[in-house]
Amino acid sequence: MTTITETPPAPLSARLRVPGAFVLGAVLLLGAAPLALSDFRLSLLAKYLCYAIVAVGVSLAWGRGGLMVLGQGVFFGLGGYAMAMHLKLADAAATGETLPDFMQLYGTGDALPWWWKPFANPGFALAMTVLLPMAVAALLGFFVFQRRVKGAYFAILSQALAAALSVWLVGQQATTGGTNGLTDIQGFFGYSLDDPVNQRMVYFVIAAVLLLLMAAARQLFVSRYGELLVAVRDSEERVRFLGYNPANVKLVAYVVAAGMAGLAGALFVPAVGIISPALIGIVPSIGFVIGAAVGGRASLVGAVLGAIAVAWAQSTLSDAFPGAWTYLQGLLFVLAVGFLPGGLASLGIVLRRRRTRTPATGETA
Amino acid sequence: MSGEGLTVRDLRVTFDGFTAVDGVDLDIRPGDLRFLIGPNGAGKTTLVDAVTGLVKATGSVRFGEQDLLGKPVHKIARLGIGRTFQTATVFEELTVVQNLDIAAGAGRGVRTMLRRRKDVPEPVARALETIGLSRLRDRPAGVLAHGQKQWLEIGMLLVQDVRLLLLDEPVAGMSHDEREATGELLRRVSEDRTVVVIEHDMDFMRAYARSVSVLHAGKVLSEGSVAEVQADAKVQEVYLGRACEPEPALGPAPTPAPAAASVAEEA
Ligand SMILES: Nc1ncnc2c1ncn2[C@@H]1O[C@H](COP(=O)(O)OP(=O)(O)OP(=O)(O)O)[C@@H](O)[C@H]1O
Ligand SMILES: [Mg+2]
Repeated sequence: MTTITETPPAPLSARLRVPGAFVLGAVLLLGAAPLALSDFRLSLLAKYLCYAIVAVGVSLAWGRGGLMVLGQGVFFGLGGYAMAMHLKLADAAATGETLPDFMQLYGTGDALPWWWKPFANPGFALAMTVLLPMAVAALLGFFVFQRRVKGAYFAILSQALAAALSVWLVGQQATTGGTNGLTDIQGFFGYSLDDPVNQRMVYFVIAAVLLLLMAAARQLFVSRYGELLVAVRDSEERVRFLGYNPANVKLVAYVVAAGMAGLAGALFVPAVGIISPALIGIVPSIGFVIGAAVGGRASLVGAVLGAIAVAWAQSTLSDAFPGAWTYLQGLLFVLAVGFLPGGLASLGIVLRRRRTRTPATGETA
Repeated sequence: MSGEGLTVRDLRVTFDGFTAVDGVDLDIRPGDLRFLIGPNGAGKTTLVDAVTGLVKATGSVRFGEQDLLGKPVHKIARLGIGRTFQTATVFEELTVVQNLDIAAGAGRGVRTMLRRRKDVPEPVARALETIGLSRLRDRPAGVLAHGQKQWLEIGMLLVQDVRLLLLDEPVAGMSHDEREATGELLRRVSEDRTVVVIEHDMDFMRAYARSVSVLHAGKVLSEGSVAEVQADAKVQEVYLGRACEPEPALGPAPTPAPAAASVAEEA
């Protein structure tokens, strides 16, 4: 029988660890990075931070909730298109046109499609960047979780949805810009995106949103809901016998993660100037979770740093070895999920356990 | 003594043509400490599965005024019916306190759920005392010894505040002392709740059962007090006829009771 003694209360240094790390992150993102980086590099970082925002949601849904969210591209895309539609309409209005440029080229030349019209309103468009993905996730999640669709099928279904959305977008060239997507975006709520100062402003907005969402996710992680979510991940059946409906618990995590992906897509548009089907299909959807997998999906900081690192590696390596990145990406994913499920964030623990492996405490999960 | 009783009528569970529970009737009074015994494969676990909504069944199961059959698992749990499993299932990555706190919380509102647990809630602290795990409360449940996990599971049912506990082999794999402690715990628990225990350990059954039902091949073979059941010839036949049974010795004086041939017996 193992004898276990009481654990002492955490020392002050441990209790200050999280707020300390948060302040450090804020200083790095909002202070050091803008000072140290050129305009070009800062705009690249802004793009990576958008992926990091998706990773915050992935960490919640997959890391804590065990949901294989392999279709985040759908939500990223919905948020991105909602934002881009508004910006295109605003660009057109600024030059006295009623139709966005691509519609004049490919379209029938008639009126704006009815479903474009409300996006002229900035408040509506902004709300939709988050609400649209959340609504789609709620609908899909409701059916999937109530019917107890198992993990692998959920992953496949998510992928299929990402593929379907990007295929549909490609087919609707007259109203969505087709393969090209919505490109050549000039302004962001009245500010010209050609101006480097405004580009920096966009970076600050993205960095601030990331920090806020990390704080919110952290609160979710340590809340009673966060504990319940882990319980559902580890033993859904047991949770049911305690009187909870696990479907609802999972649905919350899934919908919140979708909202975060939507917001990330919306912020991606002014940062990069484009949203297109190629950015939201099957491959990018896998890309969204790889960073989290490599960094450590159950660890918020691990997932965020992983997403930034993988995005950086992608843009660096895919220039040097075009084509090879897709394979490397797949390899990274398999390695992380198969051999280091806790990601790099767990490397310290894994190594320590190796070194002090005692057969007496053989119980590791 | 309080709470509702469990009434089972003509319960039947079939798996692809194989009938695991074959027309079971049970009446368990409020405050009973009922032992459910029977050879391996008798259908004991399946009976509990049916009552708790895990498998589909026909017949009727009533708990107090409530009809249980057809309700989803979590709704049955909310009516005050809790169970444990043959292999202890606790949330291994969560601490003992977190395990208990989750068990206590099925009725919590959104605001409470989104907030952090500041201290140990009163019912959780009481359950920690009762199951003797106060000292280990901040340990991950995964590192607990087997017996401690079983206690934690019982503690979870206590904070869940169920009126009916269905325990599937709670003392399997426990040492003698642990069994005794568990038995005393069950006695205390059954003072204001109804407890049903599936068990193979006959000594344990003799020491703590208030009433016993013997299941065999999906049917109730015998029912009554410990003495009555021990004296039942059919029960002895089932148990003594099987070499695989760990503890075949059921009682001292086998007094045959040939009159009760009404209960159908099938191999
Ligand atoms: N899901 C299932 N599918 C098919 N057959 C099953 C299923 N669950 C149980 N059975 C069968 O039903 C019968 C009763 O099983 P059950 O687990 O209820 O027995 P038990 O009395 O609990 O036995 P033990 O003492 O070994 O736990 C067994 O023959 C078993 O093989
Ligand atoms: Mg069993």
